[in-house]
Amino acid sequence: MSDIAHLRARAEAEASRLPPLLARAEQLAGTVLLGEHGRRRAGLGDDFWQYRPLQEGDSRRMIDWRRSARSDGQYVREKEWQIAQSVMLWCDQAASMRYSGDPKARGDKADRARLITLSLGILLIRSGERVGLTGTGLPPRRGEAQIMRMAEFSSRDAPEDYAAPETRAMLPHARAVFVSDFLGDFAGVEAALTKAADRGVRGVLCQVLDPVEEAFPFRGRTVFESVGGSLRHETLKAGDLRGRYLDRLEERKAHMRELCALTGWQYQLHHTDEAAQAALLYLWQALDGGAR
Amino acid sequence: MTLFGVLGFTAPWLLIALAALPILWVILRAVPPAPIRRMFPGVILLLGLGDEDQVTDRTPWWLLLLRMLAVAAVIVGLAGPVLNPQDEAAGEGPLLIVLDGSWAGARDWTQRSDMIEARLAEAGRQGRTVAMLRLTTPEAPVFRAADVTRSRLPGMAPQPWQPSEAMLDEAAGLLPDEEFDTLWFSDGLERAGRDRMLAALEDHGAVRVVESGLPVLGLAPAGFEDGAVQIRAIRNRTQGPEQISVVARGLDPSGTPRALAALPVTFADGEAEAEGALSLPAELRARITRFEVESQRSAGAVTLSDDSLRRREVALIAGRDDREGLELLSPLHYLHKALAPTADLLDGALMDVLPANPDVIVLADVATVSAAEEEALLDWISEGGLLLRFAGPRLAASDVSRDEEDPLMPVRLRAGGRSVGGAMSWGEPKALADFPEDSPFAGLPVPDDVRVSAQVMAQPDPTLSERVIAQLTDGTPLVTRKRVDKGQVVLVHVTANAEWSTLPLSGLFVQMLERLAVSSQAAPEPGDLEGTTWQPDEVMDAFGRLEDAGTLPGIDGAALVTEPLGPDLRPGLYSGPDRRIARNVVDAETVLTPAEWPARIPVEGLTRREETPLGGPLLAAALLLLLADVIASLALSGRLFGNGPRPGARRGGQVAAFALALVLAGLAGGQARAELDPVAAVEELRLAHVITGDGQLDDLAQAGLRGLSETLVFRTSVEPAEPVGVNLETDELAFYPLLYWPITPDQPIPSDAAYAKLNEYLRTGGMILFDTRDADVAGFGASSPNGRKLQQLAQPLDIPPLEPVPADHVLTRTFYLLQDFPGRYAGRDVWVEAAPPDAEQIEGMPFRNLNDGVSPVVIGGNDWAAAWAMNERGNPMVPVGRGFSGERQRELAYRFGINLVMHVLTGNYKSDQVHVPALLDRLGQ
Repeated sequence: MSDIAHLRARAEAEASRLPPLLARAEQLAGTVLLGEHGRRRAGLGDDFWQYRPLQEGDSRRMIDWRRSARSDGQYVREKEWQIAQSVMLWCDQAASMRYSGDPKARGDKADRARLITLSLGILLIRSGERVGLTGTGLPPRRGEAQIMRMAEFSSRDAPEDYAAPETRAMLPHARAVFVSDFLGDFAGVEAALTKAADRGVRGVLCQVLDPVEEAFPFRGRTVFESVGGSLRHETLKAGDLRGRYLDRLEERKAHMRELCALTGWQYQLHHTDEAAQAALLYLWQALDGGAR
Repeated sequence: MTLFGVLGFTAPWLLIALAALPILWVILRAVPPAPIRRMFPGVILLLGLGDEDQVTDRTPWWLLLLRMLAVAAVIVGLAGPVLNPQDEAAGEGPLLIVLDGSWAGARDWTQRSDMIEARLAEAGRQGRTVAMLRLTTPEAPVFRAADVTRSRLPGMAPQPWQPSEAMLDEAAGLLPDEEFDTLWFSDGLERAGRDRMLAALEDHGAVRVVESGLPVLGLAPAGFEDGAVQIRAIRNRTQGPEQISVVARGLDPSGTPRALAALPVTFADGEAEAEGALSLPAELRARITRFEVESQRSAGAVTLSDDSLRRREVALIAGRDDREGLELLSPLHYLHKALAPTADLLDGALMDVLPANPDVIVLADVATVSAAEEEALLDWISEGGLLLRFAGPRLAASDVSRDEEDPLMPVRLRAGGRSVGGAMSWGEPKALADFPEDSPFAGLPVPDDVRVSAQVMAQPDPTLSERVIAQLTDGTPLVTRKRVDKGQVVLVHVTANAEWSTLPLSGLFVQMLERLAVSSQAAPEPGDLEGTTWQPDEVMDAFGRLEDAGTLPGIDGAALVTEPLGPDLRPGLYSGPDRRIARNVVDAETVLTPAEWPARIPVEGLTRREETPLGGPLLAAALLLLLADVIASLALSGRLFGNGPRPGARRGGQVAAFALALVLAGLAGGQARAELDPVAAVEELRLAHVITGDGQLDDLAQAGLRGLSETLVFRTSVEPAEPVGVNLETDELAFYPLLYWPITPDQPIPSDAAYAKLNEYLRTGGMILFDTRDADVAGFGASSPNGRKLQQLAQPLDIPPLEPVPADHVLTRTFYLLQDFPGRYAGRDVWVEAAPPDAEQIEGMPFRNLNDGVSPVVIGGNDWAAAWAMNERGNPMVPVGRGFSGERQRELAYRFGINLVMHVLTGNYKSDQVHVPALLDRLGQ
């Protein structure tokens, strides 16, 4: 009994945490929606786009009688093109994301990655796309309820230290966004991207890094441990490792750029001390541009 | 104990351990610091990277130095260092402390008593019994334990007199028969009988003398000569020049005691006396009550001034004051001008002013006085009054003092007087002759331009020549004087105005008046005071402070002047029938002689360096250094601020740092008090609630205001900061526009001061929201406990008449359009300040123009805080109503809160008719 009561209490706590994340994500999404309108072309949708004269092949049902009655010609009322696209999001839930170089000044990487993912999801859903998470858990759907489900799914921590992008159940020719620090085994990333490219899925890799990971400001005798505790490395002079570490990081980034270029994906690097809005805008533009 | 200069060690062999420090240095340096554990996701990129250099980072040198210093401090501290060690041979047996106890020792009494205390403590440690003997009040010394004697030390303060020879002999006779050592605290003055006392003490044991090296200063009574206050200071040592500052103190015109003048006085080398003259305006001089040597806290350095410098009362009476006329011809005009700055002037009829007992009565051209007046005047003169008469046409025309001398005239007058240098007379107007030596005017310079053209003439009598104190160049008298008992009668043979002479126009006139008034009272002679009794008004203690004399008995007049000071005759101010006499510690004959001690008696100074053990401070310093080492080590390994790899380790570091902070805070003696500082309080708008003392309710009120603040932030441009609870007794209320006051039956009634603050708050535009939280079941009657409490609480408040919120009150439309004000209960009325009776609805207007200001109170019982209450995550804390209608009720409660805050902040803004169209539009009319 007590377990059930405990579970209930935890569930409530979890549920109460959800609204703030959702609220922040919606707030962030709100900043992007302003000034961004539609597809700017005629198509299927709800919003009025233009009246055009009746053309060959148009059925009579398409005639807008009210407009046509005002003149001799016959007009068709066109709606703005609103086409639903499936977008698959993947947000790294692994332990390595739960790291912040300066907990007082900024949140951890996972928080930022979730925020960006969820905001992007909200944006996409509001603009009529079908959004889901990669994997079998949450296939792409439309509607506000999907936002709630996404928020729920993206708040689940994974136990492992590093994770590779999930590529199962990826719809062909859909679009995908992978948000992670991409510090784990690079082969997994490579495999995921290749698989996605094979299915005609294109998208964006968004690498979220903490500034400390870029700077490596450590000195002296140090034992480095991964967040999950599975990996450790001891050094007598951390300062000496800096150059070599940064080289490796650069190498990793270069690999990713290269891979993106090969597969037609886009690569973006985001640091947690920057505004989340910048990353969101970039992602939004990257997806929007591709859709056009 | 081993001595190194001023430093001694109780266990010097421990210092050998200092030699081990370099070895410790080497050992500490060889041990590398513990590795830092860091959480770092990028570790995956580090795998396989080896160290190029196998030498680890060393402990930094400053940390080593810190540890070395700590260890050194421990070693030195344990070695028992003592600063200024006292290496005197400890005495044995009882100790007698002899105090001269005269005013001369008052200046350094603090030092002296400190030293006595130190000696007593020392004697206590050595288990000696101690007795004290004060020579100014000899009592048989009783040897007691040192701490018992110590409790009597405050009663051994100096007395404002010197021990007389009789007192010394008495003290010598009181000495007990046992053997004892003596410590004599001398005040540095030689006095008769000291040798005998010293011999008596030496019969019982060793005698040591403690004497201050500073000279004893005295101030002789100030006299008035040559138009200046003469000040004479004396000292007991004559070596070296010395400059002192003598300050004259008194009441300023507003009645505040302050230093009125200061005079530097310099002792020449080898001189025991120094003199100075303080030339002061008479106005200022008359205000002086005492002279004192600056920064000398002793009775000898103070001299009280009695009547001799007092401001005089002068009555002016003219014979022709019924004349409406030219101001400059008024017989009293020049007298007024001359005397007003220096004297208190009395106007009125002669019989009216006599009871005021003025010092001087001036009769300007008054010829005859009635018999009663004459008798009263004579009485007054014989008591020491000065009658100053001026001649004039009336006096010249009258027969007063013609054939025989009038008692109120110094001389007989010849009929008619004389007029010289006029159009109808021969000769030139006469000038003044130099003043004779025995005249009170002697020494005053005679201006050349003073001319006398008319005067009354004195009959040549045998006594005339001795009565003339000023005359003209032709030898005719100008001013004559006659003594009557203690008083005198003075006649000026010209008018007091410029009709007969130019004397009143000259400065000489003022000087002459001053001389006459000042010399009217001489210093008291013993013979004068024979048979009189003088009552002490104020007596002076040894430190020169005046105290109320209380019930001290009166003193015989002769004794007052002649007897030496003692317990029965204290220095101070004594009042007699018509004057006050000051008896000062130092009189004109006092000579201060430095005490000479035989060579066999050791004499010490008062200043003695304290023996200070340094072990404790050193060990404390070592502890502090080690604490600093803990912090530095934590900081160095990055664990101080939570960068450790594991939460546990991080917590450990923080716990250590926190414990350290606690220790340091304890050491600093600081007290941390969680209180909102005023700057933070005014920086942002805050809602506030009254702390009722019921913790749960206070938390709920806090949460309620937090919820309201959150709602305000979301919906309006009012963005309050975190709400605060205010303690009515201690906190400033002025910072908060709205005060939420939940009522509990058992909260304390605020104090009067708090109510004063609350009323001030209400008057200056604050608002209190009273919430009885009982759904107003009683309609604010006394039948609910909360209602009763509300009545009690609001009783002393300055609350205007109230009424239930009318439908057109501005509270219904400051932000939302509302008609109900529910909280957790959708209760009945909410009461606000009543509308003025003349408020009328204007045709076509939806609301009346009601109150001009903010209602100072809003009273209701709907438990709003509960409806507003929100936890940190923004979830409601208390259920309201049922289902959706409950949420609607909560929403309305928030709306009421918003309207209320808007009402407080914007006042009657929404009452403005400008808003009528918009409101009508929204009301759908």
